[in-house]
Amino acid sequence: MSLLQSTQFRPDPSANATRRAWIGAWPEFQNPAAWLVALILVIMPLIANGFFLIEIFATTLILGIIALSLMFLAGYGGMVSLMQLTIAGFAGYMVAVFGMSGNANISLGWPWWLATPMALALATLFGTLGGALAVRTEGIYTIMITLAIGAAFYYFTNQNWTIFNGHTGINTVATPHFWGVDWRSDIAFYYVTLGVAAICYFAVQYVSRAPFGLALQGVRDNSRRMAALGFNPNAHRIAAYAFAAFIAALGGVLQVWNYRQISPGSVSVGACIDVLIIAVVGGITRPIGPFIGALIFVLLRTFALDVLIKFGLDGNRFRLLIGLGFLAIVFWSSDGVIGLWERWRRNASATQSPGGGRHG
Amino acid sequence: MDSVAQRLSVVGAGAALELRGVTRLFGALAALTDVTITVRPGERRAVLGSNGAGKTTLFNCITGDFPPSSGTIRFFGEDITQFPPYERIRRGLRRTYQISALFPGLTVQDNVYLACRGVSRGRFSLLRPGQNDALMHATETLVQAVHLASVKDQRVAELAHGQQRQLEIALALAGAPRFILFDEPAAGLSPTERRELIEILTSLPAHIGYIIIEHDMDVALRVVESVTMMHNGRIFKEGLPREIESDPEVQELYLGGGHE
Repeated sequence: MSLLQSTQFRPDPSANATRRAWIGAWPEFQNPAAWLVALILVIMPLIANGFFLIEIFATTLILGIIALSLMFLAGYGGMVSLMQLTIAGFAGYMVAVFGMSGNANISLGWPWWLATPMALALATLFGTLGGALAVRTEGIYTIMITLAIGAAFYYFTNQNWTIFNGHTGINTVATPHFWGVDWRSDIAFYYVTLGVAAICYFAVQYVSRAPFGLALQGVRDNSRRMAALGFNPNAHRIAAYAFAAFIAALGGVLQVWNYRQISPGSVSVGACIDVLIIAVVGGITRPIGPFIGALIFVLLRTFALDVLIKFGLDGNRFRLLIGLGFLAIVFWSSDGVIGLWERWRRNASATQSPGGGRHG
Repeated sequence: MDSVAQRLSVVGAGAALELRGVTRLFGALAALTDVTITVRPGERRAVLGSNGAGKTTLFNCITGDFPPSSGTIRFFGEDITQFPPYERIRRGLRRTYQISALFPGLTVQDNVYLACRGVSRGRFSLLRPGQNDALMHATETLVQAVHLASVKDQRVAELAHGQQRQLEIALALAGAPRFILFDEPAAGLSPTERRELIEILTSLPAHIGYIIIEHDMDVALRVVESVTMMHNGRIFKEGLPREIESDPEVQELYLGGGHE
């Protein structure tokens, strides 16, 4: 049973086996619907006007990235962190503080290619430290401690004027211009967010099957057994917080570029909870879930107002719609829209080919 | 005499596992009282005793799942009393659980792969194992050794009880174990599965010692060379299997306490 023995009879990996393994690892590449979605996303600027491109799709992608970081922690690690938006907001603030903005008394005026990595590094550090605190707890206490970190940060930004500029926040934040392109112009910015979202999506998908991601799922299922296999469960949890914090920080940088300003309102407790709603409504079992949740959330937030007014109701009640939708989803499908979709597909294929039941 | 040799001579050089005066309290209740056991490398021993005798607590103290309240535990001469569980496992200690402690959301192969990865480097690796990954081959070999190759891509939650017990053993055999603690591996197995279990245990390489907790005397006494009887958290008797089997006190205590 030694490794030496087992490597001796290893056959040459045939091209076929490699191909099969590759497809198994990246199910998207086999799925025509995924190709279609990817194509639509890429040619979106031909279809959609500036409003849809930025207010709907770029915003969806950014919120999706932040919710993806929660999906990674909750889905693979079993840790519901309510501070993911806080980490994103911290990254946004750092971009504004280190970079250039209208508040020259605060901003240090670094070029974007220095300020952005600095913001990402600091936000990742922030998330890792928060995670190191949170892993001492489990279940509802993890939610409480991360919510407390989020609330503390919100009130701190409100009251601190030397760095965070109090409740007015930091305005007219500069965005990258290089190679003769204004990267905040609608089409360029859409492609930047699409690119970052795609990288984050595939990174989470990839890592979930790498030793680190598998071990994280092991810690989620049975942390005591993981220790009895030679793993240090808390070290894995903290590393997961670090990985998720980096993703959330990417989302935060994009968000501050999107709005060109950041203020305590961007990191409020309500906004923290919105990220949880997005992830849960979309589904936390797969990385695509948060993006679906974000699209539903953004569409509701943008159009529910008009719809409600049409029905003679107060437009400000759009959150009621989101809340009811949230309740309905949690009630009927514990794994979100993804779960509904999967069950529908399974039923459809079962009726198409009776007897050829799917296993797993 | 250098310090390592000194230390080894004090504890009795060459013991695989040495417990001295191990006591474990749960509040006022003493689950283990002053337990002293020495097991040679490669020795196979059964721990017998009625429910509540402290057998599983003994295992939990050895692996560090619960640290002992007092006493010392040495593993191949090294004092591991204060070590967290994963440090003990990395030194070659392994265990199985009485109630299967597996990862239900992962496949059989992933479960075994994790066990192999846990005792090697790259636990935090962000790179997926490739076609030539040595641990993948170790995983395949282990899956075959416990007769689970046909279900290796199934999620553990979907396995039958007997298969879960076999997977439990596979996890304990990953890497290079030096000493294994089996906690009632035969519980709930069919007669055929019991035969397979005995075959797996007796075909382990001779240098791997183990302690097995087992209620089924037929299984226990066929796969061990020595027996420790426990009663009320204390060592009650130690000896060869046939001595223990014929001991009237043991019969009294263990085989039904006179109800036969």
